Amino acid sequence: MSIVLRLAWRNLWRQPRRTWLTTGAMVFSNLLLVFMMSLQFGMYGLMIDNTLQVFTGHLQVQAPGYKDDQKMRQTVADVLPLADAIRAELGSDRVAARGWAFALASSEERSFGIGIYGVETVFEPQVSNIPGLVSDGRYLASNDAAEIVIGKVLARNLRVAVGDELTLLGSGVDGSFAAAVVNVVGIFDSGVKDIDRNIAEMPIATFQETFFLDGAGHQIAIVADNLDAVPEIQSRVRSVLPSDGDLLVLDWNELQPGLKQAIQADMGSNFFMYFVLVVLVAFSVLNTQLMSVLERTREFGIVMALGLKPGRLGRLVILETAMMGLMGTGLGIVAGGLLTLWFTGNGLSLPGMDEMAAQFNLPARMYPEVSALSLLAGPLVVFLFTMLAAVYPALRLRWQNPVEAMRAA
Amino acid sequence: MTAVRCVDLCKTYCQGDQDIKALDHVSIEIAESGFVCLSAPSGGGKTTLLNAIGGLDIPDSGEVYVAGQRIDNLSKGALAELRLRQIGFVFQAYNLIPVLTARENVEFVMQVQGVAAADRHEKSTAILKEVGLEGLEDRRPAEMSGGQQQRVAVARAIASKPSLVLADEPTANLDSKTSDELMELFTHLNEHHKTTFVIATHDRRVMKYARRLIRMLDGRIVDDIDQRAA
Repeated sequence: MSIVLRLAWRNLWRQPRRTWLTTGAMVFSNLLLVFMMSLQFGMYGLMIDNTLQVFTGHLQVQAPGYKDDQKMRQTVADVLPLADAIRAELGSDRVAARGWAFALASSEERSFGIGIYGVETVFEPQVSNIPGLVSDGRYLASNDAAEIVIGKVLARNLRVAVGDELTLLGSGVDGSFAAAVVNVVGIFDSGVKDIDRNIAEMPIATFQETFFLDGAGHQIAIVADNLDAVPEIQSRVRSVLPSDGDLLVLDWNELQPGLKQAIQADMGSNFFMYFVLVVLVAFSVLNTQLMSVLERTREFGIVMALGLKPGRLGRLVILETAMMGLMGTGLGIVAGGLLTLWFTGNGLSLPGMDEMAAQFNLPARMYPEVSALSLLAGPLVVFLFTMLAAVYPALRLRWQNPVEAMRAA
Repeated sequence: MTAVRCVDLCKTYCQGDQDIKALDHVSIEIAESGFVCLSAPSGGGKTTLLNAIGGLDIPDSGEVYVAGQRIDNLSKGALAELRLRQIGFVFQAYNLIPVLTARENVEFVMQVQGVAAADRHEKSTAILKEVGLEGLEDRRPAEMSGGQQQRVAVARAIASKPSLVLADEPTANLDSKTSDELMELFTHLNEHHKTTFVIATHDRRVMKYARRLIRMLDGRIVDDIDQRAA
């Protein structure tokens, strides 16, 4: 090993307690960064999946303008054959056609305005978790049955139970009067009050007949295995769409822009905290290296007198810092990785977190997601700031006069 | 051939409200292979003169030549290069790097010079043997006596085979026996390697080893004695 490397390494251990304290600060911050970023990324993944799996799906086929206006006449023609064609193309059952209409739902006692989805009863459970959330009764059985499932809050508001009838009044696609009488066969409880109060689902054929849609619908929801697969599926779905139509294939980010914004806002505030942490570590390194340079002023004067240029001495200080930084980074990544791996298997649950988590479509127990990014990004930034902190002590040597330095106590 | 030539050197330091003339129109010439002692009481200007010759300090006026090259107008980098290649320093307080062994202290300078690792090892072994430190190569300064540390400092100073060695009070921290041993080592190196030695001291026992004795007082040369003739 080169003498300069040996010198740098041994210089670090002249004050072992100080070196360990500074390295310890780096290890702790790296551990924290690895764990927090892994938890954060895991949480975002869950947040996206859970939000999209409620209803939206990762992709939707829609008519242009429908996402913003949701007008009845902005339809997808022959929606069921198109959904079949997409299922065939993707080799997946996680594709379901839907129609949507606004209607007045009336029980014997009360009436409420609600949004009604016409759904493919066989495929809807593959793209949405609402069918699995039916807590009373059952989900829809066939596409042409005169039945409906409603949310728990709506059932309470309308004062209906499974087996009761509801009358639906609304407008057909042609503007004509649409009406139907359907049986409540199930009541779902999603835990999200807006959904439980305002949404109902009925079989798509009954829906098309009620609202005079003549085989049309308003969307085809598609669920991908993971977010990374979305772009490829999007292009494959586009290839199935009729060439004469002007249908759109919107991804989850276009369908739920608020979701990405919420994640970005959360990332922004977290990254600010991480930045503060990194700056504190950098100041600790700056303090250590400055002390180390100051207490060796006389020694530096001697080696300058022997003919070492200040730039070479500066590089020695940088090398010492790099060694300390690598130690802190390596130990921090290992410690953070092990801690995160443990929580990846066991999950993390904080008291009182359940309600807050539910608001963000998150489970009460969080699972961090270890990736190269979460493992390396934070420690690399800490290392970079550590090296930046060494620049001033190293530069200071450039202005040092050997005679004055040798006079230092 | 002249190893060192100083022409009309002046250097003034400010100390509080007072201006102190550390060098007051000093001119000397030192021949190659010379063995010269600069003698002066504290504050007499010997260290300032030594620093000016070594390119550590720039005089206010006058000219300094080392091996025929004018150095008082060189850049900091060029002066560092000159010190690295042509001048060896020995200090009063040894000033070894405490975390390096005797061998590493000697090799450190050679590494900076760009000497290959195998050559460094061979040369440092030979130099440490020459200064009487055979078997102590792997000891750190804290594990050595003052005399041994000063020998390591001498070995470090001559490692680059400089033409000129400047020693500032090299025996100040040594007992008389060790001082004599060190001066005999200097004499040996001067005779065998033809290295020019300029030693600043106020130790009379050291002065007797010099072939030439230059006495200074208040920044001026007051006496220049050829001790061989005496």
